[in-house]
Amino acid sequence: MDVVLFLVFAAIAVGCALNLVLQTHPISSALSLIGVMGSLAVLYLLLGGEFLAAVQLIVYAGAIMVLFVFVIMLLNAGSEKRPSKKVLRTAVALPLLFTLAGVAAYIMATQVPRTEAVRFGGFTAGPYEVGRALFTTWLLPFEVTSILILIAILGAVVLARKEI
Amino acid sequence: MADLTQVLAAEVPLSWYLILSVILFVIGAAGFLIRRNIITVFMCIELMLNAVNLSFIAFSHMLKNVDGHIYSFFVMVVAAAEAAVGLAIILTVFKNRATLEIDEVSSLKL
Repeated sequence: MDVVLFLVFAAIAVGCALNLVLQTHPISSALSLIGVMGSLAVLYLLLGGEFLAAVQLIVYAGAIMVLFVFVIMLLNAGSEKRPSKKVLRTAVALPLLFTLAGVAAYIMATQVPRTEAVRFGGFTAGPYEVGRALFTTWLLPFEVTSILILIAILGAVVLARKEI
Repeated sequence: MADLTQVLAAEVPLSWYLILSVILFVIGAAGFLIRRNIITVFMCIELMLNAVNLSFIAFSHMLKNVDGHIYSFFVMVVAAAEAAVGLAIILTVFKNRATLEIDEVSSLKL
């Protein structure tokens, strides 16, 4: 069952990611990105990340993507008219990227021990485990994160003023 | 029939998750380079962050350790902060330039 679920949701994730890149209208890209995030949440569940799957759906697919869609609607962003002028850069970058993908996938396939397999339920990190680690070992980074968010709020407020 | 039961009981190799993560990351990076709409470019960055999160959680499962989940959680927090500031910057750019094309916003280029 694990293999079937993995293959189905991996296919959805890759298909939505390709759709994100190939669509010209930002709204279509945003909806594809929500598809990627939803299928990744299922894969997190298969890997035992119960808490992260919930956070992925609530924070990423919920809050962040609503922000994106809101900005797209607000700016009334249309589809891209002309193709990119950076032909040379694209022509050099895409083969390099696919080479990178090939090499990385080869390394992953050969170097990760074959005995390492993912069994559903083999390892579970629910809210208890994550919360315990977050508030003991990772307490200082957690508190620093709150300062980061405060700075982000101030930055957004300053940037959204009228005069700039 | 025996084959079907075997497939249903089989475990997913860890490398499959890592390869999926690589594929998603490369798709995100390619979109970052070929797209011209500033919002789509930003969404490609989010896609790359998600791909890295998947490999963090896969390695966390391999090591039977919760630390990968914590890293992934922090990546999500930073992505949320980044989205808030980045979209505010996009709004300001649009207000001043009335464009969303990244090629037109090149004042910082030498």
